[in-house]
Amino acid sequence: MATAHSRTAARLMLSPAVILLLLWMIVPLGMTLYFSTLRYNLLMPGMETFVGFENYYYFVNQPAFWAALSNTLILVLGVLCITVVGGILLALLMDQPFWGQGIVRVLVIAPFFVMPTVSALVWKNMFMNPVNGIFAHIAKALGLPPFDFLSHAPLASIILIVAWQWLPFATLILLTALQSLDREQQEAAEMDGANGFQRFFYLTVPHLTRSITVVILIQTIFLLSVFAEILVTTNGGPGTASTNLTYLVYAQSLLNYDVGGGSAGGIIAVILANIVAIFLMRMIGKNLEA
Amino acid sequence: MARKVSNTRKAVVTAAAWTMGFLIFFPILWIIILGFKSEGDAIKTPLQVLFSDWTLQSYHDVQERSNYGRHFWNSVILSVGSTLIALAIAIPAAWSMAFVPGRRTKDLLMWMLSTKMMPAVGVLVPMYLLFRDFGLLDSRIGLVAVLTLINLPIVVWMLYTYFKEIPGEILEAARMDGASLRSEILYVLTPMAVPGIASTLLLNIILAWNEAFWTLQLTTSQAAPLTQFIASYSSPEGLFYAKLSAASTMAIAPILILGWFSQKQLVRGLTFGAVK
Repeated sequence: MATAHSRTAARLMLSPAVILLLLWMIVPLGMTLYFSTLRYNLLMPGMETFVGFENYYYFVNQPAFWAALSNTLILVLGVLCITVVGGILLALLMDQPFWGQGIVRVLVIAPFFVMPTVSALVWKNMFMNPVNGIFAHIAKALGLPPFDFLSHAPLASIILIVAWQWLPFATLILLTALQSLDREQQEAAEMDGANGFQRFFYLTVPHLTRSITVVILIQTIFLLSVFAEILVTTNGGPGTASTNLTYLVYAQSLLNYDVGGGSAGGIIAVILANIVAIFLMRMIGKNLEA
Repeated sequence: MARKVSNTRKAVVTAAAWTMGFLIFFPILWIIILGFKSEGDAIKTPLQVLFSDWTLQSYHDVQERSNYGRHFWNSVILSVGSTLIALAIAIPAAWSMAFVPGRRTKDLLMWMLSTKMMPAVGVLVPMYLLFRDFGLLDSRIGLVAVLTLINLPIVVWMLYTYFKEIPGEILEAARMDGASLRSEILYVLTPMAVPGIASTLLLNIILAWNEAFWTLQLTTSQAAPLTQFIASYSSPEGLFYAKLSAASTMAIAPILILGWFSQKQLVRGLTFGAVK
């Protein structure tokens, strides 16, 4: 039904978005790739020399890289565990009928709208501070010694902060999925004598599987690049205890001015994210056909 | 047909849900409270804090000492500006993909999405150098461009899923009645597309407002939005809990309100239509 005329118009309307995204993808990424093959320090401009894969070699062979890689994975997995398990439980709870559903929903969603620097600083100062934080006050009231969260358990503390930000996301999506559950199917199963557990494991869980996968994949994309929370709480420290890959690349390129090494790290981060992205794209692509 | 639920059960669920809601919301509630306390009171034990005097002093100090208004205004310009530009680019694109789909439309959509999956840190170095060389560091123009580009895929996708729901028969009927392409867009499509566009706008302003990678990397003071301004509290001198709380409350309040309006669209926008 589309005429040749409307096809041309459609192509014209599409082109600005396509061209801009194409440039956005190719130009900076191409530059990163190019820089990653140079010995290039911002403090010594004009001294760039081609070194091949040397930057990759040095980036991967510094002890900080392995610490950063494992911190990145621990951070992603830790936050995923908390948010997915917590999200399922919360969504199941909020799917029950109770008084004030609308208000509780609003309260639970709220942390997602708090900007990362605010939530990180609030947790760092008002809650985890060993002198004036609420946790310290509670410890004192119970007669326990206060615990300095961000120096003694930096990564765990950051996981807690990030999980607080993402729990609403998981809850909201799983709740939406639960609410689209076929009630008649549930009732039919009940009439056929299926008990609560059977209905949960044979109807609810399969129904939720897809949404859980979506939550895991999308969160992973974002969690691989956690940055602001680390910058304002620990600066990656003590040592490299809370440095993730994103922070390491930032430190190497903009704090140590090692453009070559930072670029190599950036490319490694892209490869890591792409592995996840492939799975996510497949899921979303399937949905597009339906 | 609603199933009958006993009141006891409902009361138990209510208590549990409200407790969870309160615990999750508590950090936000706490900074709202601390913002209205004096610096001396704000670091006392929680009970002492609750029963100390209320004051607006911190709100006054935040503006007085740091020109809070400028950073707030920067946040508004960056988030609204980048969203409007993204919409202007994305509406025609999404329209054409939804109503004049070609063989490659699906591939194109997936490709656009894939640009969103690229971690920002992968292009940090060239972006920083480009910004430096073009004199764009700490400028609003440069940052609006970056925020537009990073959110463009989400905007296209959201609009696409909304436009896709507009029945094609209506368009055919309009065409049969002799409507031109222009009047077709203006009088038939636009009214039906407005709700979708509005929620896309809302969600995107939220995402741009809270963006905290590029805003932290590419601004220092002049163009710094609230994300960067709040980050400057990470190395404080002296007493600052009340001021940090007041600044934070003002930084998150507009978005909390917008966010509560857009909670339904949030799911759809953030899952690229995979969960509705």
